[in-house]
Amino acid sequence: MSAAEPEARSAGAVPAAPGLVRIWPPLLVLALIGVGSMLLAVAWGSVPIPLSGLFAVLTGDAEPLHRTLVLELRLPRVLAAFGTGGLLAVAGALMQVLLRNPLADPYVLGLSGGAAVGALGAMLVGLGALAISGSAFVGALLSTVLVFGLAHGTGSWTPTRLLLTGVVVAAGWGALITFMLVISPTERLPGMLYWLMGDLSYARSPWPSLTVLLLACVLIAPLGRSLNALARGPLQAATLGVAVRPLEWGIFVAASLLTATAVITAGTIGFIGLVVPHMLRLVFGTDQRLILPASALAGGSLLVLADIGARTLIAPEQLPVGVITALLGVPTFLYLLYRSR
Amino acid sequence: MISLATEDLVIDIPERGDGTPLSLHVESGQVWGVLGPNGAGKTTLLHTLAGLRRPRSGRVLLDGEPLAGLRRKRIARRLAVVFQERQDGFPASVLETALIGRHPFLSPWDLETADDIGVARAALRAVELDGYEARPVNTLSGGERQRLAVATALTQQPALWLADEPSNHLDLRHQVAVMRLLRAQAAEGRAVLMCLHDVNLAARWCDRILLLYPDGTACWGPTATMLVPQALEGLYGQPLDVVEVGGVRLFVPRISVSLRKR
Repeated sequence: MSAAEPEARSAGAVPAAPGLVRIWPPLLVLALIGVGSMLLAVAWGSVPIPLSGLFAVLTGDAEPLHRTLVLELRLPRVLAAFGTGGLLAVAGALMQVLLRNPLADPYVLGLSGGAAVGALGAMLVGLGALAISGSAFVGALLSTVLVFGLAHGTGSWTPTRLLLTGVVVAAGWGALITFMLVISPTERLPGMLYWLMGDLSYARSPWPSLTVLLLACVLIAPLGRSLNALARGPLQAATLGVAVRPLEWGIFVAASLLTATAVITAGTIGFIGLVVPHMLRLVFGTDQRLILPASALAGGSLLVLADIGARTLIAPEQLPVGVITALLGVPTFLYLLYRSR
Repeated sequence: MISLATEDLVIDIPERGDGTPLSLHVESGQVWGVLGPNGAGKTTLLHTLAGLRRPRSGRVLLDGEPLAGLRRKRIARRLAVVFQERQDGFPASVLETALIGRHPFLSPWDLETADDIGVARAALRAVELDGYEARPVNTLSGGERQRLAVATALTQQPALWLADEPSNHLDLRHQVAVMRLLRAQAAEGRAVLMCLHDVNLAARWCDRILLLYPDGTACWGPTATMLVPQALEGLYGQPLDVVEVGGVRLFVPRISVSLRKR
């Protein structure tokens, strides 16, 4: 058996002793990266603010310009970016377990589009904020049911079938969004394009996304090992004692809710749910008890960093952050698809 | 002690008649072999016995209680299934894969204890996969994957084993090792029911046999009375020669002389 040892070493990535899973150290490191990226994002911009300036804002004796920049402009946007990124990454990680396919992502499979259509439709008929949120959730859920129902068919979820269904559903939602943008008043158009290509410039309060993200993490935490079992297929999971149907439905609803919250905050930002869990699995292995909370932290950090790029790359003009995430996500997606053959 | 009984069980295979309703009693110490040609419903029967599929009629009783009314977690503490097919979209390590067998015994917030890891390591040793612990499962060969599936079930410490072709992909040495392991499980008061392609494995290792015909008819009983050439030739539609090795009757397909290689 000693002959297998060198191979085991070269396999890297996979933790040798999962029972001793050290969940907290990686999460602590990721949390520090998260705080670091947020500090960077608050400090960096058209008017750079030194660390001493940030500290002054905290203690309350900063100059008024810094105060306004940090507390009213940058910090809400940065927090919204963190919340949105975390939501999308966790939604992606959940769907990937459900489909046992690393290509699943709320944007690629049309959940984001469904949520955007729901929100936009509710806005066009003049409904209030709560109804808009509800409508976005229904849109995302409808998308989920459509994709899963159609892609499942009689057999199992083959990658081809799943992706085709998702892409076509996403394209349909895209067309609907464009239609609704065309019939809405021209003067409002610039502020609405973010439904097609996510943009944090229009982010409203960061608190809904952060609250939902925290709640989701707390609720999902005890399900980690059941999700590990589900990743081995529904039959195997059932014989290991998992109530498969309720768990699957829970994930459906959770992924839809997370996506809808993210979309309401910042529009349809793509590929975070694809890139983040993939990177984390490369580093930490496949244990969902670590991957899910790690996705929340790493997804948040990644979107915060991507948004720095969106704000500064062609300053004073701003890019929609969705452009940046697509630049990261499309190659990752193609690589995963290539490897899955 | 364990008992799995079926009352007039008819498995649900689309577009097939009811055939023979099954009234089986699988008990501690027994090793059952289910034989039948491709498509006879061996896997469907196994899944039905595990409660993964609804029967067309009749019911399955686990320790006297209807299986359909039991929570999955309770069932999982009594019986384990070795599947023929397995999925690994997200390949875990060998040790992690075996360790998932502890799932039915852990509460949602528990992490695996040193004891759990000990059980999994012992199971990996039993199938000669110690030293492979850190290997991602997608780098294993078919036979190694099969042994890992057996190790995962062993980690689950079931009173009843339901195994679908447990000898699949195994070389001769490991076939014997896995069969010996299952026999030893039965000798310790557990029960085993397995679907097999190889009549001779059944002849050597099983004490009860269930013959499943493609039309749904079935018969079962002690190995000595069930494994006779007439019954098996009818089952597989293949003439057989019988040889006796070490007091066990073994069966070899009879091939007409013209087909034999020179």
